[in-house]
Amino acid sequence: MIRFAGVTVTYPDAAAPTLRDVDLHVPEGELCVVLGRTGAGKSTLLGAVNGLVPHFTGGTLAGHVTVDGRDTRTHPPRELADVVGVVGQDPLAGFVTDTLEEELAYGMEQLGLPPDLMRKRVEETLDLLGLADVRGRALADLSGGQQQRAAIGAVLTTHPRVLVLDEPTSALDPTAAEEVLAAITRLVHDLGVTVLVAEHRLERVLQYADRVVHLPGDGTVTSGPPALMMARGVLAPPVVQLGRLAGWDPLPLSVRDARRMAGPLRERLPVPPVVAAPSGAEALRAERLVVRYGDVVAVREVDLRLRGGQVCGLMGRNGAGKSSLLWALQGAGRRSSGTVDVGGRDPAAVGSAAARRLVGLVPQTAADLLYLETVAAELAQADLESHRPAGTADGLLARLLPGVDRGAHPRDLSEGQRLALVLAIQLAAAPGVLLLDEPTRGLDYAAKARLTTILRSLAAEGTAVAVSTHDVEFVASTCDRVVVMAEGEVVADGPTADVVLASPTFAPQVAKVLSPRPWLTVADVADALDLPRPA
Amino acid sequence: MSLLPRALHPMAWWVWALGMATAVSRTTNPLLIAVLVAVVGYVVVVRRGDAPWARAFSAYLVLGLVVVLVRVVFNALLGAGVDGHVLFTLPQAGLPGWAKGIHLGGPVLAEEVLAAAYDGLRLAALLCCVGAANALANPKRALRSLPPALYEVGVAVVVALTIAPQLVDSVLRVRRARRLRGASAKGLRALRSIAIPVLEDALSRSLMLAAAMDSRGYGRAGEVPRGLRRATAALVLGGLLGLCLGLYGLLDATAPRVLGLGALAVGIALCAGGLVLGGRRIERTTYRPDPWRRPEWLVAGTGVVCALVMVAASSYDPLLLHPSLYPLRWPDLPLLPLAVVLLGLLPAVAAPLPVRARAAAPVGRVEVAA
Repeated sequence: MIRFAGVTVTYPDAAAPTLRDVDLHVPEGELCVVLGRTGAGKSTLLGAVNGLVPHFTGGTLAGHVTVDGRDTRTHPPRELADVVGVVGQDPLAGFVTDTLEEELAYGMEQLGLPPDLMRKRVEETLDLLGLADVRGRALADLSGGQQQRAAIGAVLTTHPRVLVLDEPTSALDPTAAEEVLAAITRLVHDLGVTVLVAEHRLERVLQYADRVVHLPGDGTVTSGPPALMMARGVLAPPVVQLGRLAGWDPLPLSVRDARRMAGPLRERLPVPPVVAAPSGAEALRAERLVVRYGDVVAVREVDLRLRGGQVCGLMGRNGAGKSSLLWALQGAGRRSSGTVDVGGRDPAAVGSAAARRLVGLVPQTAADLLYLETVAAELAQADLESHRPAGTADGLLARLLPGVDRGAHPRDLSEGQRLALVLAIQLAAAPGVLLLDEPTRGLDYAAKARLTTILRSLAAEGTAVAVSTHDVEFVASTCDRVVVMAEGEVVADGPTADVVLASPTFAPQVAKVLSPRPWLTVADVADALDLPRPA
Repeated sequence: MSLLPRALHPMAWWVWALGMATAVSRTTNPLLIAVLVAVVGYVVVVRRGDAPWARAFSAYLVLGLVVVLVRVVFNALLGAGVDGHVLFTLPQAGLPGWAKGIHLGGPVLAEEVLAAAYDGLRLAALLCCVGAANALANPKRALRSLPPALYEVGVAVVVALTIAPQLVDSVLRVRRARRLRGASAKGLRALRSIAIPVLEDALSRSLMLAAAMDSRGYGRAGEVPRGLRRATAALVLGGLLGLCLGLYGLLDATAPRVLGLGALAVGIALCAGGLVLGGRRIERTTYRPDPWRRPEWLVAGTGVVCALVMVAASSYDPLLLHPSLYPLRWPDLPLLPLAVVLLGLLPAVAAPLPVRARAAAPVGRVEVAA
């Protein structure tokens, strides 16, 4: 269905081609997962399928990409719209109309399908993706999972034979991600759609894959059945890492497979030691905190204490009030009532320059903080803003992530590098409390592991850290304590193991495999068995 | 006859509102204008939906009030104050020689204030009519009902309409984020620290949107010979120019009648030619197009009749529609124009009720057990 023949893609000003001599064939009806680290060329590979690369992005493409017999060389993306449906990372950015129904019809209108057929297909698609009850709503008012399904539905109505999805679940909470993936597998099973999906969080998609395409980062591409690729690949979800550790053959790809093999391992493992959460001095105390926007109560009378030396995970579905809470704690966001006390001072009352010395916040769109041309200029500006000796922020960045080019433009950094830069800028003020709003979005496994190391060492130095995230595996390996929010209220608060094990939604893969034994991460299991931790 | 609730064709609302606007542009009678604003307001209140744009009407009312106030205040400040009833006297500022002819302060005359108020009121009423159209007709659906040849232009405008609120969002977000860095920059640096992230954000958004539209088939023109495309563009542009000139000629009572009607006719003909020529090549369809049935005819017809009668009345007896200021006296309420303006109420019953969204069902998901 999709065939790459000797494809090499080179962007202007690039030292090396992004894709080199790629030969790839994806047969009809397969769900194919594309993996690779940030910058390995996943987006380029996906974009080449419908001709956005190079027709839209620029660059040179040598070789041939054919989809359903049509060569992208002679067919620009719009002429392939009836064969390939493309869904981007941010569904809102790709919506052309403003209501769900019109968005579903948009593609069909472009293809000139007759009105009665359009009417029928819109109804079918609403049912297929479970969106019928929100059909007339404005797209901006839908939840994250609904928006992502709407974006998929909008390309499905033209009945494309191929669906290309670039990180469809990266912004979604675990439940919404399940909804979207369930919808995708249904398309593969019921309609025989060929799906090509790029995803950093393998634990979410690997079990559904028929084929894995791996981009090691040097421009080449290898592909094969998931089990084979996992046996030799480096990027692997926790369940596969556990399988490697325990020497299971064949390697399990899903929690269910692993559980069936895990009997002996469960017997062998001791009862995990109860690690008391480090309890330093109280660094931040919020009482009866309320944030409301008109009629909407985003945060409802929340009491929260953060202790030095602790990393606290903040979880909950999209729109549960996590961001509003973090912003209100920092003092820069809206706070309708309640008190925040950081060492006897209220960050909202002391002015923004003093507030950032009490509480540092890394916002979800970290790039909003950056406005200078080079990394070096941003770091120097941070020193000025924090009244620190020159070189403080630079030193911090060197410690957080060595090897960031100081002369680079901040926009050209990878997600992980940009996060480290903003973190260094915020840490230059030496706040006692550090808040991070969804820092794991768009990070690959390696970048996430680095973030874990950074946050753990900050906590070890006595900083109180709170991080909101949807990534259960990240929480399991990083946080001492988890706070779960729903509808603006705190519904659970306790040590990580207690909270995540109580809910199937938030349980990490290792915990599901080894339940009822409360193990959370592969690293813990490896330590218990005196085996080397996986890389 | 009970009409099923549905959205009236947006063009019908626009024709009605523009008709009312044309009618009001022909009078400075404050009583007549007040009645007209009330009529328009009533129709808006009973026939608007619950969409965001439906709440826009009150903003237009406020804007209209501001217009009246600004006109009156400036007139009082800068009025020549030659001859008439003095209301009160403002302290007069002496201006340097080069500003001769401009009066600042001095006696404020009732006649001048009233003239300014009447004029401001007329402008405010025009704004209200436009606001009514905006509140009643979904602006994006209105653009969807453009003829196929103008489709691309319509989409561009729709996208621009969507981008504007996003830009505001983005500015607010970056401003808030700036406080996280202590917001130490001042003046030009502060502007730069907001503008650069916002512009970069807007640019990357529009690139993503363009990519999405391209991959979804936007601009699948098929094969069109270049000559045909050029001819269509020339016809449509020329036609639009003619339309503008013609409308200006018609609305401005001092312009020669021939210019107005002539240019209008030529413009319409050119446009129609261009649209037919351009529409032939389009292979695009519309999902659930708005039908044009009897209510649409009634609503649009009301607007057209109002406009025509007022235009006719103003050329038949201009004094009827412009109350006398010299001598100053209470304005009459002329009967025929009043009847015509009241006719504008017809859409309040002739138009079907809008479809209101059902109460948003809560999205129920499993709560997490603590």
